[in-house]
Amino acid sequence: MRQTMKYASVFAVAALALTACGSDSADSTDTGTADGTETSTAEEASDVRVGMAYDVGGRGDQSFNDAAAAGLDQAAAEFGIETQEATATDGEPESAREERLQQLIDAGYTSIVAVGFAYAPSIAVVAPQNPDVHFALIDSTDYEGENVANLVFAEEEGSFLVGAAAALKTRTDNVGFIGGVQTPLIEKFEAGYIAGAQEINPDIEIQRTYLTQPPDFSGFGDPAKGKTAAEGMYQSGADVIYHAAGGSGGGVFTAASEANTMAIGVDSDQAKTAAPEVQDVIITSMIKKVDVAVYEFLKAEVEGNFQAGPQVFDLAGGGVDYSTTGGKVDDIKDQLDELKQQIIDGEITVPSTPES
Amino acid sequence: MSRLEPRKILLPLVAPVVAVIVAFIVTSLVLLAVGDPVLEVWQVIFQPPLPRQTVNIINAATVFYLSAVAVAIGFKMNLFNIGVDGQYRVASFAAAVFAGQAWLPGVLNILVAILVAMVFGGLWAGIAGWLKVKRGVSEVISTIMLNAIATAVVAWLLSKARDPASEGTNVVRTRELPESSRLEGLAIVPGATNTVYTLIFLAALVGVTYWFVLNKTRFGFDLRATGKSETAAVASGVDVKKMTLTAMILSGAAAGLVGMPLLFGQDFSYGTTFQAGLGFAGIAIALLGRNHPVGIAFAALLWAFLDGQSNALQIQANVSKELVFIIQGVILFAVVIAYELVRRAEARMEQNRVARQLEERHAATAEQGVSA
Repeated sequence: MRQTMKYASVFAVAALALTACGSDSADSTDTGTADGTETSTAEEASDVRVGMAYDVGGRGDQSFNDAAAAGLDQAAAEFGIETQEATATDGEPESAREERLQQLIDAGYTSIVAVGFAYAPSIAVVAPQNPDVHFALIDSTDYEGENVANLVFAEEEGSFLVGAAAALKTRTDNVGFIGGVQTPLIEKFEAGYIAGAQEINPDIEIQRTYLTQPPDFSGFGDPAKGKTAAEGMYQSGADVIYHAAGGSGGGVFTAASEANTMAIGVDSDQAKTAAPEVQDVIITSMIKKVDVAVYEFLKAEVEGNFQAGPQVFDLAGGGVDYSTTGGKVDDIKDQLDELKQQIIDGEITVPSTPES
Repeated sequence: MSRLEPRKILLPLVAPVVAVIVAFIVTSLVLLAVGDPVLEVWQVIFQPPLPRQTVNIINAATVFYLSAVAVAIGFKMNLFNIGVDGQYRVASFAAAVFAGQAWLPGVLNILVAILVAMVFGGLWAGIAGWLKVKRGVSEVISTIMLNAIATAVVAWLLSKARDPASEGTNVVRTRELPESSRLEGLAIVPGATNTVYTLIFLAALVGVTYWFVLNKTRFGFDLRATGKSETAAVASGVDVKKMTLTAMILSGAAAGLVGMPLLFGQDFSYGTTFQAGLGFAGIAIALLGRNHPVGIAFAALLWAFLDGQSNALQIQANVSKELVFIIQGVILFAVVIAYELVRRAEARMEQNRVARQLEERHAATAEQGVSA
């Protein structure tokens, strides 16, 4: 029995140690923020106090949370607002999310930005209890309230354009889509991509897959899974793959690089942010400007123009777009821009759920 | 042995107290090394929790307690059940699907759903038990693998059993419980807006049952005996294979209960936001609590208290939330080492005592021999 207990102790301690390694980014962040708060007392310092509640991964994830952080940093530098940040822990109880929002409010932060749809149930509890506090909920309309702004994106519109780009660029008339986790949010990417590819070529073959099913969210952070899925698609004849898989996308790029094929990035301009050795395979990226959404929300707060309810950041408003870094889509830019204009003018309506 | 010695009561308490002090010192050194404000951190951690935070701590501890007892049942039998995590997720899903159908009215629905959870948790763990008995597969390996399988199976089934009402939202979940099967919770903490899980009673019941079965029944004695020495157990007529399978199933059945307070007191369905990873916390807490029903309760409260500090540390002290992991890890380490040291000290004292008694007796017989 003592033997088992010894193994068990080693295992338990190792588990804790590994958890701590997994997300060490917050440490440097917090000091960074503290400095930022002190130095950003510009002449026109605003009395808006912003609390940021990140999802798991937090600042430094080179993806979704980082984009939100960029918007915060820009607003903090420009308006001299005081900020505080807190990050979710993997496997925490629902009450911990509520507690995070409430503690930010208790500490005097009256504009709360909740990064990610996982905060919807917590905001449903905390927002009614704090009617004087303004909330921004990113990526979700699951809860709407008088003091809640839902910052959502027309991901399907941006995905439509990169879908068209894939169909124009493919030489095999065979393209792929890799989603991180099969949630309704990621299905919006898939729906737009398919519609865009079929707009160019109705007979095009589209391979699609999801890396994991909820509640297994590892599909957003597992490059090995992304690489395996992409290799399968490339071997089956695809030569362009669009990923909406967060951190797993790195594996997709590696596979594209090894197969000497093309890939399409997501959320940020990945031809700039991905690892240098694979940037070359990224022909374009579907840019989702979470930073702009956060910045606009904070700007409205500073100006006293808080607006409740869903605010859709779409193509027309520049909330989503495709990137041209690397010049790989310069030859088809005119066609893409024409499609873009048609979407903005309402001549093309992009579906937000994929047909099965 | 049965005599009540102050030393016997004090010694087991020394280990955890020493461990907490060691953790305090080590954490302070870590804070100093990275240049974080040491005093401020401890001020934040030791400020009295607000009523709503107290409720959160009690609730988190309730769930931890169930998980740790499930692990402890395995430990008592010398089985390392890492699979509590998968077992409680399979069980919670099954119970949520069953209860969501609302075939039975109100409380009856809850009671039967809890039984369903125990059955499914037991069956899932039983796979590992069966593999060990029949094929000699280490339960450590099989339960870890079963965790991964549980994740995949439940994810697939969840997509089949998804509540149509949750279509179009980002939350994938089973059908919600009928209103009559939801437990409002207990408003026992004055000034708190939230409530303590009603199923804290379930945790208490499990704790008492665990203590009773282990210490007051023939089965419990056999189980402990087999855990301490298999050969001795065999010699006294215990069927070790049957014992292993039974212990594994019981551990799984207890694991099945882990999700019940969450299901009936908070989430009302099983879905993507259901709390994960409770099985692993249970291992650490069972170790801290020395597999003792009361020890585990204190360990669960300590663990829940520390977990609850992660937000305050970030917001009030500007310190990384990972500090909580450091404190928990050091406490665990220190406790295991301290227990081992105390155990050795105890053994030495016992040896000395016995040696002294023997000497006395020897001297006495020698005297007798002289007088005769």
